[in-house]
Amino acid sequence: MQESKSSFKSFFIEVGELTYFSGRFFKEVFTKPFEFKELLRQCYSIGNRSVLLVGVTGFIIGLVLTLQTRPTLQEFGAESWMPSMVGISIIREIGPVIIALTFAGRIASGIGAELGSMKVTEQIDAMEVSGTNPFKFLVVTRILAATLMLPILVIFGDAIALFGSYLIENSKGSVSFVLYFNKVFSTLEFSDLIPAVIKTYFFGFAIGLVGCYKGYTCEKGTVGVGQAANSAVVYASMLLFILDFIAVFVTDIFIEL
Amino acid sequence: MNQTENIPDIFKKVESRNLMLEIVELRKSFGNNHVLNGFNLELYEGENLVIMGKSGSGKSVMIKCLVGLMEVDSGSIKVMGRDITKLSRVELDEIRTEIGFLFQGNALYDSMTVRENLEFPLRRHKKKFGDITDTTALVMEALESVGLAHTINLMPSELSGGMKKRIALARALILKPKIILYDEPTSGLDPITSKEIIELMRRVQKQYKTSSLIITHDVDCARVVSERMILLVDGTNYAEGTFAELASSEEEQVKAFFK
Repeated sequence: MQESKSSFKSFFIEVGELTYFSGRFFKEVFTKPFEFKELLRQCYSIGNRSVLLVGVTGFIIGLVLTLQTRPTLQEFGAESWMPSMVGISIIREIGPVIIALTFAGRIASGIGAELGSMKVTEQIDAMEVSGTNPFKFLVVTRILAATLMLPILVIFGDAIALFGSYLIENSKGSVSFVLYFNKVFSTLEFSDLIPAVIKTYFFGFAIGLVGCYKGYTCEKGTVGVGQAANSAVVYASMLLFILDFIAVFVTDIFIEL
Repeated sequence: MNQTENIPDIFKKVESRNLMLEIVELRKSFGNNHVLNGFNLELYEGENLVIMGKSGSGKSVMIKCLVGLMEVDSGSIKVMGRDITKLSRVELDEIRTEIGFLFQGNALYDSMTVRENLEFPLRRHKKKFGDITDTTALVMEALESVGLAHTINLMPSELSGGMKKRIALARALILKPKIILYDEPTSGLDPITSKEIIELMRRVQKQYKTSSLIITHDVDCARVVSERMILLVDGTNYAEGTFAELASSEEEQVKAFFK
């Protein structure tokens, strides 16, 4: 009982600290000096580091989704619905969530480990002492880069997933490229695409925030670095599902209006 | 009786110089753990002051308070007359350009080359040198002063322990600070490299005319570099004096440091 009470308490302390950390981000992001050069470097690093992974993940999502769904649709003679169904499910939900989870595994752990090791080797203190605000230089740039890069990666991943799906459709049902994508886009609406893109900004922010928070507040030496990397992925993934639920819920309210 | 008559000559000599650093009644606790209990310190222009103390005596906490990395509970820390505990972030960053800090573990940025490591402190403080655009001359000057100009394009992982220490010192010197803080400058180094670093510290002090505050366990280092020493026990000044005075002390706690 005592143990669960204390873990309950530490959970709320962690949530409080994370909220304070994100508050500090919003305070620092709008104040000078701006670290544009480092932001661009981080955008390149975070984006470039994830392109291949996102591409492969997207491609496999497209292949698997089509292969798994095709037999069921065939039973009802509804194969012609395949492009629309795959398109909507990838654009609305599967693409953003799976690609964000992959991105979280790659980026949140990377940021957590990098900042964690900088923390335990006093590199962050060295930045502070040299008169550079390390929060602005390390945290603000990484969170912004993750927020800006994930939507682009999701759009890229979605496109690759649809291409993967087309390859299966083409090989199994001889559907042409133009016909397949005509069918995909004929059923897609902006109300499918826009909420999906908007939520990926929140996903990217959450991944960057959790990775930076875990790394920047890392303690207990090298053991702490491992823990920071590990817990960054776990917390970021959990947060993604919570955000996804909120995003779907809010979108649903707007659609009903 | 005139009090100054009791002051040893060595202190009369240093006290005639400008006061660079003054700590008065510094206190810092972590919960019930009282790490600093009214610590006092004065560092004069061009002076080498060594602080010795056992592990956990509060040396590292003191030096972190000194550069504003930790907030103090009470007391004042004046750097060239300005109390850093009362400064804004911008003012603190400005005063930090006058303080070089050599970290115990070097704290080199391992994702950056030696050149980028040295350029880093210049990013926001070029104004000190008339807003220059090309920092190569400053970087080369600092690297040459530690004898490692040829390492400019190497990564920290390609350097030996002694070289990392020298590069860290070059980075601490790049803004031409008036005060240098050394946190265990010879820890983790072999005796030969330690001697080289000690010699380098002396040379750098002459070249840059800095005041140095050195935290060390290394008695050899203290003997060579110190003009004055403070023994820190339980977060407070236990004994002060020159190396010779403290080394010849009959006090048990003091003798323990020099065994």
